[in-house]
Amino acid sequence: MEHIVIIGNGISGVTAARHIRKMSDKKITIISAETDYFFSRTALMYVYMGHMKFEHTQPYENWFWEKNNIGLKQGFVSKINHEASELIFSDGEKLTYDQLIIAVGSKPNKFGWPGQDLDGVMGMYHKQDLENLEKYAPTNKECKHAVIVGGGLIGIELAEMLRSRDIPVTFLVREESFWNGVLPAGESAMINRHIKNHHIDLRLSSNLKEIIADENGKVKAVVVQETGEVIDCDVVGLTAGVSPNVDFLQDSGIELGRGVKVNRFLETNIPNIYAIGDCAEQHEAIGLRRPIEAVWYTGRMMGETVAQTICGNRTEYKPGHWFNSAKFLDIEYQTYGWVFARPKEYEEQFHWIHEDDTKCITVSFHKGTQDFLGINNFGIRMRHEVFDRWLTEKKDINFVMQHLGEANFDPELYTKYESEILSAFKKSQLQTA
Amino acid sequence: MSLASPEPKGLSTKQKIASAIGLIGLFVLVLALFNTTLPNKPVFLSLSLGLITLGTIVFANDAYLTKLAGIKNDGVWFKSISSRGLIGWLTGVGLTTFYVVLYFYAELLGLGTNGEPNTGLVALFDPLSKILSGNPASQWFVYGTLYTIAILAFGYKFLLKYRHNRYQQIRTGSVMFFQLGFAFLIPEFMARLNSDTFSLPYYDLKNIWPLNYYNFEQYRINDFLSAGNIGLALLIFGVASIFIITPILTYKYGKRWYCSWVCGCGGLAETAGDSFRQLSSKKLSAWRIERWLIHTVLVFVVVMTTAVVHSYLGDDSSKYWLTKKSFLISVASFLTLVFAGVMIFKRKELAKDAQYGAIGYFVILAVLFGIHFLSGDGKIFILKAETLRSTYGFAIGAIFSGVVGTGFYPILGNRVWCRFGCPMAAILGFQQRLFSKFRITTNGGQCISCGNCSTYCEMGIDVRSYAQKGENIVRSSCVGCGICAAVCPRGVLKLENDKLDGRINPNEILLGNDVDLMNYVNQK
Repeated sequence: MEHIVIIGNGISGVTAARHIRKMSDKKITIISAETDYFFSRTALMYVYMGHMKFEHTQPYENWFWEKNNIGLKQGFVSKINHEASELIFSDGEKLTYDQLIIAVGSKPNKFGWPGQDLDGVMGMYHKQDLENLEKYAPTNKECKHAVIVGGGLIGIELAEMLRSRDIPVTFLVREESFWNGVLPAGESAMINRHIKNHHIDLRLSSNLKEIIADENGKVKAVVVQETGEVIDCDVVGLTAGVSPNVDFLQDSGIELGRGVKVNRFLETNIPNIYAIGDCAEQHEAIGLRRPIEAVWYTGRMMGETVAQTICGNRTEYKPGHWFNSAKFLDIEYQTYGWVFARPKEYEEQFHWIHEDDTKCITVSFHKGTQDFLGINNFGIRMRHEVFDRWLTEKKDINFVMQHLGEANFDPELYTKYESEILSAFKKSQLQTA
Repeated sequence: MSLASPEPKGLSTKQKIASAIGLIGLFVLVLALFNTTLPNKPVFLSLSLGLITLGTIVFANDAYLTKLAGIKNDGVWFKSISSRGLIGWLTGVGLTTFYVVLYFYAELLGLGTNGEPNTGLVALFDPLSKILSGNPASQWFVYGTLYTIAILAFGYKFLLKYRHNRYQQIRTGSVMFFQLGFAFLIPEFMARLNSDTFSLPYYDLKNIWPLNYYNFEQYRINDFLSAGNIGLALLIFGVASIFIITPILTYKYGKRWYCSWVCGCGGLAETAGDSFRQLSSKKLSAWRIERWLIHTVLVFVVVMTTAVVHSYLGDDSSKYWLTKKSFLISVASFLTLVFAGVMIFKRKELAKDAQYGAIGYFVILAVLFGIHFLSGDGKIFILKAETLRSTYGFAIGAIFSGVVGTGFYPILGNRVWCRFGCPMAAILGFQQRLFSKFRITTNGGQCISCGNCSTYCEMGIDVRSYAQKGENIVRSSCVGCGICAAVCPRGVLKLENDKLDGRINPNEILLGNDVDLMNYVNQK
């Protein structure tokens, strides 16, 4: 029986395993050094916040794997020997495969800051990071102050986590406005204000210079590059993005860029070895996407795709319209299609913000054709299915604005803002006409 | 490995003071319970209820109004009360003891027996009862008052907790209104209408059979029939509630119109029980137990009620139009009609559950035949209808819905009764699953499998298992409280009433994928 080995038990690897099992009775082994069972990485924050216990982040009960005959193996793969089709574990054990899926995900970025490996300095990605945080920041007595470096999604989540235990947080953000490489100015500014409303000490245009240790090799303070200010702290969170976790593949013969290089079929340069999820890097970016997509949803789609290929139906990875979502403290964010932080030359944007400063949308459309290109919505939920259809049908912006109510996904009885948005849009069009 | 540390954030000073205020209010009740002589009952009663309410309000204000509006579940699994810690267990034991005493040893609460005046705790409530109904209090009046206070005070807390969410606000306003008006005040005022010649049974109008399993017992029917047009109207309303009002509203809105907007059991669960919703088990094994248990109770109540009504009907159709025989025939025909209808039109949606439905149906029919052919002297087989009735009242009415249903809140979650026992929920759930526009829609491919929805589902539905596959959630047990949609950090879930077509979509349709791949994935 063909043996499919999957390195990594995150959403990509587990999705691949589930779909291979649905279509075949091949032998499947999932390897992980992190946890015994699949859990939702995006939910780790809620464990620290006390919303859930760790077991609640596991989407399948523990009996699921044996019942579906999916083998789970705990271990750290240190080397792949593709000539012998075998994996070598850190303890020297070997495992042979017929087809191999690399789904090892990411690791937090560190940019060579002095002191970045001290005790009390951590990323927020692995389960071990969570355990570390619990160790160094159990309450605001042990952790009187925390500094977070890097203004992305994980950074703001870490800030929310620490604030849930009343730990004062200073948030160093390199950019002049939060996440403004992705969010248009109006949205980014609204989130800046929301962060401050949560009593988080947000420092924009601020870089980390170094992390200072105490006599025990534990973090004591950080120094800000721009001002030289020394901020005392007990914990430093490094959340300046993630990159593919592929160090163990150096010299393996598998082609690497920043991640594992794959073609549109998610195949590496070595036959029978595939890479999916955060660690896969497309030779050529697909459409307007980035070559590496460290996103839950794309990991899942790649898992579904590679499962088809492995089960004999060689399938190209063809993601549909871009979508994503996040939550910034109390404000939910969804995006469908493309809305660029700095509009492309063909792109026009309309921005609406509610007076309570917790809801806004930005819609993007083509200056020439008036085609609807995408929407960012904050504090108002929108229907994925509707925008996916409108993007496929290339609806024009006027149609979308007039039918925005059909896409509303807020709970029943909520106040609706579509007419306010529409009249603001009409006004903006009169001004630009 | 345990990540749950001791509570990282204790109570604030204000919250401690508020807790003390509430406990003093409770302490007054304890004093009364032990027959301490309280000089001025109205003052002490007002003081007690006032302090309990005040304590809850001050606590809620400090817990929620000091923060920005949003989801407020920080520390739920660290707090002893809400994570089956010591305080949780003590509360569970305390509540359970209270219910045992309430149902079986009411004299310990001071209920006057054999015409003697009340003493102790029950006597403390006499003044309020006299204002409302003109009668002295009973243990049920004490319970009803505390129950109402709990729903109102904790309802206020819930309103603050979800002040960003209008669905939750309006729904909570609704359960508070129905408890105060329909369950508490109206029945007491109705009692005022009673005289020597005119007597209405105690009737909470929103309490529908079979939750109100005693509604068609002989003494109540006699009361209804002897109370002229009003009585007759009430009786007709009771029957219409089951056969007309309930199906129509459930068709349009799902069972939530009752379970989380109107029902008193639901009202308490959603307010005072809100802190315990995360304790319901989401295991597949719990779901298996749930389905057998709740439907067994349903079969039990149907058989019991049929037997009881049968026992007091006559044989002579010239005396009264409804006879033993015609009653049994109409029950059997109604059940057959429902059973046949489902088997013919909805078999596919029921799938494997159809055989369980069939078992239930044939059990009931067999019993009906048994009643007709084998019973005499008011007996059914060897059991008297009265034995069935009292067994149901004891095992289900008292032990299951009361002692276990509420006493076990801090251990098994706040919907133990609604989930495992309530026959009304079983009927509404059956309608919701097969004949309703209600569903929880999953928003395309946006689910990140985080598990907040499943964790906070009080009915123990593994919401995530549907959401992460892009499936709509159409489950008979869903009471439509809407908390899954509220706690979802990605805006994935929405409670909706919409077309019947495509309501149940058991395919893995995750948007964002290539269309061809979706086709492959859905090939079975």
